[in-house]
Amino acid sequence: MRRLVVIVPLLAFALLAVVLAVGVKRAPQKNIIESPLIGRPAPEFSLPSLTDPGRTVSSNDLRGRWYLFNVWGTWCPGCRTEHDVLLEIRHSGEVPIIGLNWKDEDEKARQWLAQLGDPYEAVAVDRDGRTAIDWGVYGAPETFLVDPQGTVVYKHIGPLTREVWHEQIRPRLPKQSGAS
Amino acid sequence: MLPELGHFALILALLLAALQAFFGIVGPATGRDRWTAAVVPAVAGQVVMVALAMGCLVAAFIGHDFSVRYVATNSNSALPLFYRIAATWGAHEGSLLLWIFLLAVWTLGVAIGARALPQRFAARVLGVLGVVSFGFLLFTLATSNPFERLMPPAPDGRDLNPLLQDPALALHPPLLYTGYVGFAVAFAFACAAMLEGRLDQYWARWTRPWTTAAWAFLTVGIALGSWWAYYELGWGGYWFWDPVENASFMPWLVGTALIHSLAVTEKRGLFKSWTLLLSILAFSLSLLGTFLVRSGVLVSVHAFAADPARGVFILAFLVLTIGSALSLYAWRAPLLKSQAGFEFGSRESFLLFNNILLVVAAGTVFAGTMAPLISGALGLGTLSVGAPYFNPTFMLSMVPLLALVAVGMHASWKRGRLGAKARALGTALAIAMAIALVLMYGAYDGGLKVLTFVGLTLGVWIIGSSLIDPIDRWRRKLSLTRAIVGMTVAHVGLGVFVIAISAVESYTHERDVAIGKGETVTVGSYEFRFAGDRDIEGPNYDAVRGEVVVTRDGRHITTLHPEKRLYWVQGSVMTEAGIDTYRGTDLFVALGEDLGEGRWSLRIQVRPLIDFIWIGAFIMALGGLVALSDRRYRTAREAAAEPAGGGVIASEEARA
Repeated sequence: MRRLVVIVPLLAFALLAVVLAVGVKRAPQKNIIESPLIGRPAPEFSLPSLTDPGRTVSSNDLRGRWYLFNVWGTWCPGCRTEHDVLLEIRHSGEVPIIGLNWKDEDEKARQWLAQLGDPYEAVAVDRDGRTAIDWGVYGAPETFLVDPQGTVVYKHIGPLTREVWHEQIRPRLPKQSGAS
Repeated sequence: MLPELGHFALILALLLAALQAFFGIVGPATGRDRWTAAVVPAVAGQVVMVALAMGCLVAAFIGHDFSVRYVATNSNSALPLFYRIAATWGAHEGSLLLWIFLLAVWTLGVAIGARALPQRFAARVLGVLGVVSFGFLLFTLATSNPFERLMPPAPDGRDLNPLLQDPALALHPPLLYTGYVGFAVAFAFACAAMLEGRLDQYWARWTRPWTTAAWAFLTVGIALGSWWAYYELGWGGYWFWDPVENASFMPWLVGTALIHSLAVTEKRGLFKSWTLLLSILAFSLSLLGTFLVRSGVLVSVHAFAADPARGVFILAFLVLTIGSALSLYAWRAPLLKSQAGFEFGSRESFLLFNNILLVVAAGTVFAGTMAPLISGALGLGTLSVGAPYFNPTFMLSMVPLLALVAVGMHASWKRGRLGAKARALGTALAIAMAIALVLMYGAYDGGLKVLTFVGLTLGVWIIGSSLIDPIDRWRRKLSLTRAIVGMTVAHVGLGVFVIAISAVESYTHERDVAIGKGETVTVGSYEFRFAGDRDIEGPNYDAVRGEVVVTRDGRHITTLHPEKRLYWVQGSVMTEAGIDTYRGTDLFVALGEDLGEGRWSLRIQVRPLIDFIWIGAFIMALGGLVALSDRRYRTAREAAAEPAGGGVIASEEARA
């Protein structure tokens, strides 16, 4: 009996090592090949709007335009980090940003936008996190670039930086693709 | 030439670490005394080489050697000297070198302290530490060489991440790593004891001061990191359950369990195999933390350069060291015999609960941290958990633990009787409840919140209970050992910490407002008037500095100066919150967005007692340091000569 008990830590660790190994194998996919969604249609969604209660934000309304799909929450430190970059993108007018407010409280989220500035054209509220699961969201913040056909073109995990914006996202946008 | 010298020193250190590991493990195993004796020179050489490498890197930073890639990416000619030194560990490569350097310092300490120990045992401890050093040196040289040259040299550096340009954060990594690495010593002692097959109380006594020291450093390191996050990140929280924070918190929880179970093993010869397992676990979690942070398997705010190749290496190292330690454990642990049992209600039983609850707490943090990885590995899609998961699950094991602390301190060894202490404890509890009520209705804005009441009561009770014994002994003119004083201080620190968290979580007021010059806003019982903003210039940044005058009932309390800094080189904007403390309450103002026409968005927070969260942590660490200065650790040689304590060999732990 005792002989078996003392092996438990070793077995548990072996299991953990396997999980970690899988994690490491997947890590490059996350950062380089990005996401299985790339080249596929963006998942459909239709959610209540944060800023305009009563209205819905839906993927159908976004057809025919380029947009950035940004997953955020007030509880997420990385979202605070990228906020200034999002504001700059908004001011540049090059591509609209649709926010997905993920597992958050409406009041806090509205306060956040009021205090820090609102970079979003619209913010969809994903209270229970279903839509985020559809999009394969790993953790906030994450940002997807979607083309007019509704296809996911690019995904960035973690806070958006100026480098990512200039080197990864902008080159993928057609020249002069206005904010609408 | 210095960078090449440093690189060369690292390679020599790698070879010497290999020798240290070889002689330390093979020497005693084959009974070759001359091999065993060769460990100490190998340690000395390794330490000198590592220190030389560290010195070369620091010199490259001080001397602005932008031909070194690592310096060019993490420093700048405008960076002040203090931060140039701190920039040495500002990113991955240098922080690894710091890790190795601190491990070398600990190893040197062990080599000096272990002269009192049996030679073979000491050699084994140093041998195991050699394995760890070797792994990290190889890792650094193979994947993360800090001395790599840049051709052509950069004209100027890209600057240290502005977030890291802060005194607390300059000190945070060295302290944190000292803690992590210190657990390597406990790990090495455990492995040496298992290799030796000698698992008596001496092993516990020798390990204890090292473990306590490691724990104290880790405590301060985590507290500094949390303090930094509070005033620098600009959104006013002190703990985010971020993977990197959790990575440091899990070893702390297990380390706390370890220092308590070591007490039982030393005093009573019980929990031996459990203590061994905790020693392995504490260090494993430190390594795992390193893995999680460096491999990029988890996304975190602490954006260290993540690299899957590094992940593979650390994982292999993890499997090798922890795998062999756990195999050794599976082989040796069944041989352990324990002396005597203990009654329910004895101090042993309280410490057992302490251990179970701390490990459960570490387990919940672990589950939450690993959730995205595990669900990803199982192909369930990715799942991420945050504070809504961590706060309640963590409380579930912490609240009972805190309730047990107050009583457990007074339980006697072996027997489950509190005796005369029960009355003193009851009185302390009644006083604690009264103080909690006074705090809730008197000092703060009242309203009965159950958790607040429980938290405040427990905090005060723990402090009161810790003081019963010292006061009693002082009145009877009995002497107090450093060990008892240390324990008292640490538990008082815990009480302070608990009170602070309860108050902060219950009585914080926060408001985010848009405000113009001369306007006033009321938060809590304070009025904040925005007196305007002006531009200032720092050594390597421009800033806007706001002025906020705080009054209460018309009386001037303080003037706060929150800043928003634009660092030139990286072009990044940092918030520097304006914080002042008034009667234990933090008044916090951070500048948000410039809304134009002199209007700003401001984040204003009033957080009572928040400073005591960190003060409590520092007191805990101080308690650890006092305890390890106890006489019996300084006279280890005499102790080793004493006959084995207890003497009654009753039953195996399995039967107990």
